[in-house]
Amino acid sequence: MTRGLSWWRTIALTLGAITFLFPFYYMIVGSLQVAPDTSLSGALPRPDDLSFDNYSEINAAIGLWRSLLNSVLVTAGVVIGTLVFGVLAGYALAQLRYRGRGTLFAVMLLLQVIPFQLLVLPLYVQVVRGYGLADSYLGMILPFVINSVAVFVFRQFFLQLPVELFEAARLDGASEIRVLRSVALPLVRPALLTATLLTFIGPWNEFLWPFLITKETGMQPLAVALANYMSTVASAATNPYGAILAGACVLAAPAVLLFVGFQRHFVSSDVGSGVKG
Amino acid sequence: MTAVTPEAKPATTRRHRMTASVFGPHPVGLLLSAPYAVYVAAVFAYPLGMAVWISFHDYIFTAPGVSVPRPFVGIDNYTTALADPAVRQSFVNILIFLVINVPLTVVLSLLLATALNAAIPFRTFFRVSFYVPYVTASVAVVGVWLFLFSSDGLVNQVLGDLAPDPSWLINEKWAMPSIALFVTWKQLGFFILLYLAALQNVPRELYESAAVDGAGRWRSFRAVTIPGVRPATTLVTLLAIITGANLFTEPYLLTNGGGPSGKSASPVLLMYQRGIEQQHPDVAAAIGVLLVAGVLLLAGARRLLERRRE
Repeated sequence: MTRGLSWWRTIALTLGAITFLFPFYYMIVGSLQVAPDTSLSGALPRPDDLSFDNYSEINAAIGLWRSLLNSVLVTAGVVIGTLVFGVLAGYALAQLRYRGRGTLFAVMLLLQVIPFQLLVLPLYVQVVRGYGLADSYLGMILPFVINSVAVFVFRQFFLQLPVELFEAARLDGASEIRVLRSVALPLVRPALLTATLLTFIGPWNEFLWPFLITKETGMQPLAVALANYMSTVASAATNPYGAILAGACVLAAPAVLLFVGFQRHFVSSDVGSGVKG
Repeated sequence: MTAVTPEAKPATTRRHRMTASVFGPHPVGLLLSAPYAVYVAAVFAYPLGMAVWISFHDYIFTAPGVSVPRPFVGIDNYTTALADPAVRQSFVNILIFLVINVPLTVVLSLLLATALNAAIPFRTFFRVSFYVPYVTASVAVVGVWLFLFSSDGLVNQVLGDLAPDPSWLINEKWAMPSIALFVTWKQLGFFILLYLAALQNVPRELYESAAVDGAGRWRSFRAVTIPGVRPATTLVTLLAIITGANLFTEPYLLTNGGGPSGKSASPVLLMYQRGIEQQHPDVAAAIGVLLVAGVLLLAGARRLLERRRE
C-alpha cells in the first residue's frame, strides 16, 4: 500500500465521519441552547447559555413520557412477535423439508421489492375501517409484527448449523418439537441480538403508519407526536427549534445508544447475509 | 444460495409415508412457518390484491360493516390521477430524486466501504459513525436539517453569498435535490454495510495477481473491485430505487408537505393527500399501482442496461 493512498483513505473517511456526525452534535448543542443561534460561533456551546428548558418545553407540549411509553410498547410488540414467530419460520425454512417451503421462501424474497407505502391504503381500510383498530397498539403493531429481514437472519443462522446435529437428535427418537426445543432454540442466542437490533429500528422510527392510524394524541408514538409538533404547534413556542431538537434527541438516543453499545452484533456479514438471503 | 436440508428419515410406518408424501418429510415445518405465512398473506398479499382491485373500482371509505355498491370503473381512476397536474409533477419530482440519489448512493457507499475495508486505525469508530444516521428516525434528523438549512441557518451562514435565495427547502429548484441529498446521507450507512459484506467475497488472489500485472490501486479498483461487487451493486441500486419510491416523511416534514408549489411532492405524499385527506382512496390506489409499475420498469431497464454492457 502506498503512502499517498492511505492518506487519501484517511481524508475520505474523516470527511465522511464529520458529515455523518456533525448534524447529531448540532442537534445536542441546539437542544441545550436557550436562544437559537445559527451563526458559526453558535455551533460551539457557551456554558452560560445552556439549559434543559427546551426539554421541559417539548415535554409540556407533547407529553414526552407518554409518547415514549407508546413507542416502547409498539416496538416491544413487534420485537416479541418477530423473535417468537421469526425464529420458528427461520428454523423451518432452513432445516426442515415440507411442502410449500420453496414457495414461502420465494414470496419472502419478492416482498423485499414491494414498496410498503402501496400497501398502506388497503391496510388502512382493513385495520381502521374493517377491524376498527385505529388508536390502538394492536393496530400499530400488526403490519410489522414479523420482520422479514429478521426471518432471513434466523434462516441464515440455522443454515450454518450442521444438519447432523438435528439428525442425531431425531435418530435418538426425539420428536420434531423436541428437536426444536432442545437443539435449535438453545443455539439461536447469538442471532437473537442481531435480529432484535435490526427489528427495533423499524417500529421505533416508523412515521407514516402510526401517523395515519392515531388521531388521539395520548396514543401517538414519539415520532408521530414530534412530527405533529413540528408541522403545527412549533410556531407557538418561545424557541421552537430548540424544543424540536430536544424532542429529536430523545427520539434518536435509544436507537443510537443501542447500536453503538451493541455495534459488534450489527456487522456487515449478518446484515449482508440477511438481505442476500 | 444452496439450501442445506436433511435427507428424509426412512419412514417406518405406512402413516408416516402417507403424511410424508403429502406434506414432505417434516410436516411440522408447516406448523412452524404457518404464523409467518399467515402474516405475509394478510399484510402483503391481500392488501396488494386489494390495492389493484380498488384502483379499478369506484371506492369510498365506509364505517365497519356498512356495504355500499362499488362499481367497476375501468381505468377511470388512472385517467383521473394522470390528468391531475400535481400527480404528474410528483412523478417528475421522484424521477429527479432518483437521478440524484441512486448514482450518488452507489458511488459514495462503494468508495467508503472500500476505504473502510482496509486495516485502518479507528475502524470501529468510522463504521459506527457511518450508520448512526441510518438507525435514527427520519423525524429526528429532519428536525436538525430544518435548522441547518433554514434561511439563516448554519449552512447559509457558511456559504454567505453563495447561498441560494430563497433558501434550500423553500426554493423551487433546490427543494427536491435537497431532499435527495438528505436521503442519500440518511441511508448511506446501510448500503456501506451491504458493500462491506460483498467486499469480503472478492478473492484476495485477484488483487494480488492484479498487483503482479503492475496494476495500480485505481486500476485494480476498476478491474477487480467493481466487477467483484457487481451483484451487490445490483442489490444496492434496486433497494435505493425502492426506498426512493417510498419517499414520504421527508417531503411531508422537511418541505412542509411537498412545497414550494408542489415541487418536492412525492407520489406517496399525493397518495396520502388524495386518499386519506380528500377521501378518494380509489385515485390514491391508482397512483400507487402506477408507482409500482414505474419501479418495476426502472428495475427492468437497469437490468437491460447491465446485460448490454456485458
